[in-house]
Amino acid sequence: MTTQLLFFVFNGLIVGAFYALMALGLSLILNLSGVINFAHGGFLALGAYFAFTLMPYIGFWGALIVAPVLTALVGVAVERILIRRLYGRDPLYSLLLTFGLAYILEDGTRFIWGPESLPYQVPAILTTPLSTRFFFVTGYRLFMVVLALVAVLGLFLILTRTRLGIRIRAGTFDLDTVSVLGVNVRLLRNLNFGLGIYLAGLAGVLAAGMLGLQPTIGTSLIMPSFVAIIVGGLGSLPGTLLGGLLIGVASGVVTMFYPSATEAVIYVMMGLVLLIRPRGLLGEEGRLQ
Amino acid sequence: MNNLPINRQTASVFIWLTLAALPYWLPWIGGYQELGTRVLVMGLAAMSLNFLLGFTGVLSFGHAAYFGLGAYGVGMTIKYLVPSTPLGILVGVAVGTLAAAIVGAMIVRLRGVYFAMVTIAFGQVFFFIAFRWNDVTGGDDGLSGWRRQPLDLGFTQIDILGNDKAFYYLVLVCFAIAAGLMAVLLRSPFGRSLLAIRENERRARYLGIPVEFHIWASFVISCLFVSLAGTLYALLNNFTDPRALRWDMSGNFVIMAVLGGMRSFWGPLIGAAIFVVLQDYISSQTENWMSFIGLFFVLVVLFFPRGVLGIFRRKVAP
Repeated sequence: MTTQLLFFVFNGLIVGAFYALMALGLSLILNLSGVINFAHGGFLALGAYFAFTLMPYIGFWGALIVAPVLTALVGVAVERILIRRLYGRDPLYSLLLTFGLAYILEDGTRFIWGPESLPYQVPAILTTPLSTRFFFVTGYRLFMVVLALVAVLGLFLILTRTRLGIRIRAGTFDLDTVSVLGVNVRLLRNLNFGLGIYLAGLAGVLAAGMLGLQPTIGTSLIMPSFVAIIVGGLGSLPGTLLGGLLIGVASGVVTMFYPSATEAVIYVMMGLVLLIRPRGLLGEEGRLQ
Repeated sequence: MNNLPINRQTASVFIWLTLAALPYWLPWIGGYQELGTRVLVMGLAAMSLNFLLGFTGVLSFGHAAYFGLGAYGVGMTIKYLVPSTPLGILVGVAVGTLAAAIVGAMIVRLRGVYFAMVTIAFGQVFFFIAFRWNDVTGGDDGLSGWRRQPLDLGFTQIDILGNDKAFYYLVLVCFAIAAGLMAVLLRSPFGRSLLAIRENERRARYLGIPVEFHIWASFVISCLFVSLAGTLYALLNNFTDPRALRWDMSGNFVIMAVLGGMRSFWGPLIGAAIFVVLQDYISSQTENWMSFIGLFFVLVVLFFPRGVLGIFRRKVAP
């Protein structure tokens, strides 16, 4: 019983780590640019497929490093060509644009790599269970959780220790003032978008080894990421992280008792948060208006 | 509408005549009856969304949920309860409206992007219920094994199942009632308050308009008519599946409204006509229709943000 519960909690933690990685990227972009990036799931899939294509040449570890960077570059290009034009306009338009992009990315990956699920080789060292009692703790799963944690830690270091990160946080707070102080806001938003997409690409590479590789891989992860942001609190990155892990674990535990409600539970949590604490667990007061 | 080269009454008369005669001219230009009915249903959905989007200035990206609830409401009523089309429509609309009233009350304090994001997320709840609750909803395969029932008017029966034209006119009657009610509401003091909120929410609040209540009411009214459209959509297909309430359907409604022109009453109907015909054509031509629809979204946003009627108007205005 305890082992079983641990199994589901651990599973939930992994899923939650995915949600958190996705949601952190979404949150970064939303906070600085006011854009809901509906195509985030598409970028995640792109990262996964890049890794798949690169692996025969540079191996698993090489792909793990290169694929997210490539995805981020695509993201930077997309921001330059398309999304940049919509800043300052009604958020409706950027939402519709990224919505269209999500269609194009999903269909594009299907067109290039085919609709079937593709095999994704993970190094043998990561697939063996670490203990017989806790059979579910394979190296890969542990590795994913650790890597997600490292990525999150890296993100927070960037945001608090580097010039770019400090400017991003300042811009989230008051973009006009940052601009007046001589910061190139266009470049800042561009890099910030790339950073968000990098996280999506990284989540994609990790997810491919766990969920299998198919064109819809990102679509199933994007809605919970929205919920993670709302539960955690709008405008707060630690909140987004907490929200992602929380709904992941909650859906993991519910799967054990009542599998049909796996998805529903996270929306119930969102409803409760909106009723009791509309700004979210760690959200700032007044962000909603 | 004032800047249009034709005046408002003429435009309305023209639109109603076109719609009333549609079954007779559509085959001449290569359309088929079901396509015409689908345009009308989607047009109603887009116009209902626009009640909230264009006239209250609140962005909902989750209207497919209520559309789908209407669809499942009518299907399940006819399948499990009573084989009656009007009763099914009533139940479908009631279910959709009730859900909207509850969800609306929870989200009415949010604004802008956040409102949009929460409506997207809430939309998925109903998708997963329909998807997971296999025994009742048929799950991923959809709800089948029921069909629309003949209308019993007491003195005569109208066969809307076998006669496509008869069903079209049923849809047109529903459409006319809904459009008429929305037009009346928009001209009432209530509707004027909605416009005031759209233009300047803070000023509207200082003038003593209960903003939250108005937005909630606008959301519920909008969802009421969207669920009506949903019931008609299910009746049209004699079938419904979870895709009727998935997020991509919500996106389609929004693009129809934007494409036609959010600031005009009839715009979304025109947008729906363009979108439905285009989608029908593209999906018959290529397997990669998703890319084309996606590209279409991008192009509309970049080049037609004010919609078809918007361009029309800009040319006339200086």
